Amino acid sequence: MEALYLLIPLSVVVVFAALWVFFRAMDGGQFDDLEGPGMRILQDDDRAHAETDESQGDIKK
Amino acid sequence: MKSSTPCFHCGLPVPEGSHWYVRVDGIDQPMCCPGCQAVAQAIVDSGLTTYYSSRQQLPEGVAAPLPEALSLYDSPELAAQFTNDAGVAEAMLSVEGIRCSACVWLIEKRLSQVPGLKSANLNVATEKLQVTWDAKLSKPSDIIRAVREVGYVAYPFDPVQHGELLRKNTRTLFKRLFVAGLSMMQVMMYAVPVYLADAGSIESDLEQLMRWASLLLTLPAVMYSAQPFFRGAWTDIKVRTPGMDVPVTLGIAAGFVGSAWSTITGVGDVYFDSVTMFIFLLLASRYVELVARRRAAASLEKLQYALPESAHLMVAFPSSRNTTMVAASTLRAGDVILSKPGDAIAVDSVIVDGETTIDLSLLTGESHPQPRRIGESVASGAVNISQPVILRVEKVARDSTLAALIRLIESAGQGKPTIAQWADRVAAWFVGALLIFALAVLIFWSWHDAARTWPIAIAVLVVSCPCALSLATPSALAAVTDRLLRQGVLVIQPHVIETLYRTTHVVLDKTGTLTEGRPQLRQTTMLGEASREQVLHIAAALEAGSAHPLSRALVEAAAQLSATDVAVEAITHHVGQGLEGKIAGELYRIGSHAFVSALSGVVVVADEPHDMTCIYLGKASAWLARFDLSDALKSDAQNVINYFQLQGKQVILLSGDAPGIVRRTADSIGINNAHGGMLPQQKLAFVQQLQSQGARVLMVGDGINDAAVLRAADVSFAMGSGAALAQSHADAVLLSASLSSLIDAAEAATACMKVIRQNLAWATIYNLVAIPAAAFGLLVPWMAGLGMSLSSAGVVLNALRLERLPRHAPRRAYSLEKAR
Repeated sequence: MEALYLLIPLSVVVVFAALWVFFRAMDGGQFDDLEGPGMRILQDDDRAHAETDESQGDIKK
Repeated sequence: MKSSTPCFHCGLPVPEGSHWYVRVDGIDQPMCCPGCQAVAQAIVDSGLTTYYSSRQQLPEGVAAPLPEALSLYDSPELAAQFTNDAGVAEAMLSVEGIRCSACVWLIEKRLSQVPGLKSANLNVATEKLQVTWDAKLSKPSDIIRAVREVGYVAYPFDPVQHGELLRKNTRTLFKRLFVAGLSMMQVMMYAVPVYLADAGSIESDLEQLMRWASLLLTLPAVMYSAQPFFRGAWTDIKVRTPGMDVPVTLGIAAGFVGSAWSTITGVGDVYFDSVTMFIFLLLASRYVELVARRRAAASLEKLQYALPESAHLMVAFPSSRNTTMVAASTLRAGDVILSKPGDAIAVDSVIVDGETTIDLSLLTGESHPQPRRIGESVASGAVNISQPVILRVEKVARDSTLAALIRLIESAGQGKPTIAQWADRVAAWFVGALLIFALAVLIFWSWHDAARTWPIAIAVLVVSCPCALSLATPSALAAVTDRLLRQGVLVIQPHVIETLYRTTHVVLDKTGTLTEGRPQLRQTTMLGEASREQVLHIAAALEAGSAHPLSRALVEAAAQLSATDVAVEAITHHVGQGLEGKIAGELYRIGSHAFVSALSGVVVVADEPHDMTCIYLGKASAWLARFDLSDALKSDAQNVINYFQLQGKQVILLSGDAPGIVRRTADSIGINNAHGGMLPQQKLAFVQQLQSQGARVLMVGDGINDAAVLRAADVSFAMGSGAALAQSHADAVLLSASLSSLIDAAEAATACMKVIRQNLAWATIYNLVAIPAAAFGLLVPWMAGLGMSLSSAGVVLNALRLERLPRHAPRRAYSLEKAR
C-alpha cells in the first residue's frame, strides 16, 4: 500500500504532462486537418514525367 | 441521354457531334465541354498528367471557365484582402471540389509552378488554402487563376465574414472539453475506491492524499474549462435575466469551495468527482451544438461567395469604344459602361446606345423579359439578356435599387416575432424559482441539521441543472439540423424547427421557387409536313452553339428524343432576330415571326398564346413549326402543395409576375389563394397582415424581391439556386433546387418536436422526483451527479435517433383525392 503514496502524486504529474502535450499539439495545428496528410502520403511524386518540373519551389506541408 | 463516351476529365457524357479534344500522354481524349477542355489542357501543359492516372474520384460537376473579373483581385480596393509583409504576400483562400489525394497533389503541384511561390498549405478538412508568395513576382489573381485553371473554384476567404470566429470557438471549446474530460476521469479514479470500500478500510492518510490529488486535478477543470459558465453567469447578472449559467456557476462554485474547505480542514465530504463530471457533461452538450452550427455556417459560406462585382467602363466614349474592367463600387454618376448579354447590371443606369431585353425576375418576380430602348432606364440587379448595350450611370452603387431593397429588408427584420423570447423567459423563471428553493433548503437544513446543509444544497443545485432545459432541446435540434443538412436543407436560425412545426400559412413565390425559373418547351405546333421529331432535331442543330436560354430549352427538348446526326453549315446569327443555317443544302431560319417570314413568305397567322414566348422555324418557301416556350412548374411542386394542404395549412401564392400568369399557375396546381403583380413592399404588407391576424407564416422564395418578406415571415426558406441576398435573409436554405426538401424539413420538424416533448416530459418527471429527494437529504452529491448524467445521457440518446434518415427511400406521393 505504501506504493500508493508515490503513485498518486505521480498520477497527478502524468495528467498535467498529458495536458501540456495536448495543448502543444492543438496549438501547433496537429488537429486542424485530419484528412490531408493521409492523402498526401499516398501520392507518388516520382513518376516518369514528374521529373520535368525541377524548377518547382519548396512546397512545405 | 444516349451518349456513350464519357468525358475524359469529368466523366459526364460527351454530347453528340462535339469536337473538344485534349491530347493526354499522346492520346486524343474526348471532352464534354470547353470548360473541361480548358482544364485538361492546363493540366497537360503544366506536366501534371499523373493526376489522371492516380485519381480515385472524378471531379465534381463541370469546370467553370475562367472569369475575366479575376484580375479585379489585383486592384487596390480588393488587395486589402491579401496581407503583404515586406514583399511577401499571404492569402487565405477557400477551395472547393477537393475529392481525393490526386486533387491535393494537383493543386499543390500547379501552385508550385507559379513564379515566386514560397509555400502552399492545403487543409483538406476545412477546404482552406494558405499561400505565401513573392509579391514582386506574382499577383493575387495569378494564384487564384492557377487553382481555377486546374478545375477548382477558389476565392479569397474573409475570416471576419465567414465564421472564422466560430472555428476558433470550436477549437477553444474542444480544449476545455478535453481538460474537463481528463480531469473527470482521473478524479473518478480517486473517488470510486472511497465509494466502494467499507468505511474505515482506507487509511485516513491515504484518503487525505487522494483528496489533495483530486483538488489539484479539479483546479484546471474549474479554472479553465468552466470559464464560459462563469462569464455567462456574470453577463446574466449584469442584465438581470438569470439564465441556466447562474445555477450552473453556483453549483460548481459551491461544490468546489465546499470540497476544498473540507480538504484543507480535513473535516466533511468532498465532491470533486461531481464537479468535474458536471463541467464535462455540460461542455460536451455545448460542443455538439457548436459543431452542428459550424457545419451549417460552412455550407452557407459556400453558397454566398461571389466574385467582386465588375463593370466594363468605357473611358473615352464616344470617341473610342474600348473598355476597361473596373470594380462596380468605383463607378460614378455619368460614367459610361458596356453591358454584355448575360451580365447582371451593376448600377442603376440609362441606355444611351443599343436596345435589349432585360430579365427583372430577381428584382420583381416578372418572368417575361422586358424590352428596353435608348433613353429607358435599367435597374441594378437586372440581367441583360439579349444584346450588348451602352449605359450611362445614373446613381452610384450604394444608392441603386438593390441598395434600397436591402434597406427595406433591414426595416422588415425589426418586426420579427420571436418565439425564442418566450422560452428564455420561462427558463429565467425556472432558474429564479430554483435558486430561491435552494436557498430555502439551505436555511432549513442549517437550522435543522447544520452538518448536512452543504451536501444537500449542492445536491439540489446539481441534480436539477442541466438536462431539463439546457440539454433536452438543443441536443434534439442539433441532431435534426445535422440530418437536414444531409438531406439538402441548411438550417441557419435555431428557431426554424419549432416555428415550422407551428406554421399555419405557407406562402410561396412563383418564379424560381414553384417554377424552374427558365423557359422550357411547352408545345410544338407543326406548320408544314415535317414531323415533331424532325423539326426539333433541325431546331436543336441550328441552336446547338447558342447560349441563349431559349436555345438551351430547345436543345434540351431535342436531347430527349432519339439521337440523329443533323449537320449544319454556314450558321449566321442575326442579332435580335434569330439564326440561319444550311442543312443538306437547304437554307433554314429559326427565330422571330418577322425573321422567318422574310424567308418563307407570310402565310401563317401568328395566333400566339400570350403567356408564352414563341419561336418559329422555316425554310425557303415553307413554314415548318412554331415552338411555344414558357417557364415550367417544378416536377415536385404539385406534391409539395398537396402535402401542405393535407397537413391542414393554407397555401398562398404571392408573385411579382403578371396576375394572369400567376392565376393560371395557381389553378393548375390547386392553389385557391393567389396574388400576382405584388411589389416587394406589398408582399411584405400582405405577410405582416396575415401575422397580425395570428397566422404563423412559412415563406419560400428565391429572388432579391423576396428578401424583405423572407426576413419578416415567421420562418423562411430560400432556394439554393436563388439570389445570395435572399439566402442571407432566410432562416433556412434549400440547397438542392428541389422543393421536396420542404417535405423533409416539415417531417423532420414534426419528429423533432416529438422528441423534444419526450425529453422535456422525462426531464420534468426526473426533476419532480429528484429535486425533492435531494431537498429531503435522500441524495448525496455523487448520487445527484450520477442521476443527472444518466438522465442527460438518456436525453441525448433519444435525440440522436433523429440523426437517422427516414426509411422510406422513394419519396411518398401525396394526393388530395386519396385523402378524401
